[in-house]
Amino acid sequence: MSGKAEHRSRGPLMVVPAALWLLLFFTLPLLIVVAISFVERGRAGGVKLPLVFTLAYYQRLVDPLYLGIFWSSVRIALIVTGACVFVGYPMALFISRVAPRGRNAMLLLVMIPFWTNFLVRTYAIKLLLSTEGVVNNLLLGAGLVEAPLDLLFNNFAVVLGLVYGYLPFAVLPMYASIEKFDMTLVEAAADLGANLRRAFLRVMLPLTAPGIVASVILVFVPVVGAFITPDILGGGKVEMIGTLINRQFGVARNWPFGSAMSLALMVMVVVGVAYYFRTSAEKERPL
Amino acid sequence: MRAGHATRPQRDPIVLRLGKTVLGTNALLAFAFLYVPILVLIVFSFNESRSVARWSGFSLEWYQKLFGNEALLRAARNSLLIAFVSTLASTAMGTLTALGIDRYRFRLRNSFDALLYLPIVIPEIVMGISLLLFFNLALFPLLQALIQVRPTLGVPTIIIAHIAFNIPFVYVVVRARLVGFDRTLEQAAQDLGANEWRTFWRITFPLLLPGILGGALLAFTLSLDDFLVTVFTAGTASPTMPLYIYSLVRRGVTPEINALSTVLLAASMGLVGLSLTLQRRR
Repeated sequence: MSGKAEHRSRGPLMVVPAALWLLLFFTLPLLIVVAISFVERGRAGGVKLPLVFTLAYYQRLVDPLYLGIFWSSVRIALIVTGACVFVGYPMALFISRVAPRGRNAMLLLVMIPFWTNFLVRTYAIKLLLSTEGVVNNLLLGAGLVEAPLDLLFNNFAVVLGLVYGYLPFAVLPMYASIEKFDMTLVEAAADLGANLRRAFLRVMLPLTAPGIVASVILVFVPVVGAFITPDILGGGKVEMIGTLINRQFGVARNWPFGSAMSLALMVMVVVGVAYYFRTSAEKERPL
Repeated sequence: MRAGHATRPQRDPIVLRLGKTVLGTNALLAFAFLYVPILVLIVFSFNESRSVARWSGFSLEWYQKLFGNEALLRAARNSLLIAFVSTLASTAMGTLTALGIDRYRFRLRNSFDALLYLPIVIPEIVMGISLLLFFNLALFPLLQALIQVRPTLGVPTIIIAHIAFNIPFVYVVVRARLVGFDRTLEQAAQDLGANEWRTFWRITFPLLLPGILGGALLAFTLSLDDFLVTVFTAGTASPTMPLYIYSLVRRGVTPEINALSTVLLAASMGLVGLSLTLQRRR
């Protein structure tokens, strides 16, 4: 009998270390971000002491300048996500249709970038596009241009770098969905007189939609808050939420404003993901 | 069953063939897009001249320069130490948590389960700045008041942060392994007279090991590669490998960075190989 009582407390005991760690080093820090976003900044970073309550940083968030940067980050993230799905879906479909041996090799090729340092991969793009890089060298060599083009430090370079970074993340969830999809359903639709286009749009696309939505989240969430890519490939000329937040904790020394911005970013992302989980949970209910 | 095919209205084979060609071309181009930049990077790490675009001859000069670089070696040591310690701690805590949540019902169990997914979902930069604020505005002032010494950001704070973001990943991987766990094996062991402790170490742990190792490997990789959380918790005195690479990459393109990147790529491939071997053992 005493064994039973011991059992009952064991579950909570096992989760205590992780729970304490996360409460102390994850939840509490987030609460501090919330608190700091409501007090006045200190001159050299930090906050003004004694603390002074203010809503100024939230008012500043809706300044057209900052709203514009939020919007351009969202727009870049939407373009990147769209490109990743547009290229990744047919790629996943192709991989699912080849023989097992080739399929595993291709899946490995998709997965290798996951394990590769993101900075290294971003550098690889910088290397290609820089003025002394391969692309410019080829263009000059072919006589197509007379002086090296400025391919880096613009929106195009940032979008390219982000698609390069996140395409593998988009392929795998869609592959998982397509692989489970029963291809005879397309044949059935064709038997019933649907052309391929209609069979795809009405049967295959809806049934593989969960994979697409998972891909969208896996790409959109990190891209909208990206820092490394806009920083390295944008070279200070492309501003996104991530670079803006980073600046508040660096040269701008405005920790409260950076906190308010981080919270805005977090709310945007978490609301989006929660919405996805709610709608996908509804879909799984039997009709 | 097969007879039905004969009566089905014939689909245009050209459309299908075209579809296959389009799909194949798309996949080919996408793989080229993913791998050509990496290949270019590797090739020019062996270039004799300083150019990263015009080949002039094979040389290992840039690799030799790497091994004499003190700052680089220190960053590598920091990274390995941080990855090793944070992997050990997060694997232990994550595994315990997965077992505790999988096998027991208790108050707040579901809320804690939800909390565990939050660090995976929120943007990394938010986690980074939240820890920066926590250390500088809460923990350090508190410690200063208690022990009269104000700590600074460095390797210990990075380790604390990495453990925090690794616990959820280990948890998710081990929990997935527990889903297909056949508990009758444990019952059989106990029926045969093994006590709980013995059952755990002889039955549960070995069966769970691939999941635990998979989680640990993921934690190790995430810790080695992390930039955003690290940059806010590192201070200035103890750069890790990604921080060091970042400072180089911002400045420009040089064959040294190519060589360093190639070494890291080779190390990642080693980890991929390890993870595949682990999966095969499942």
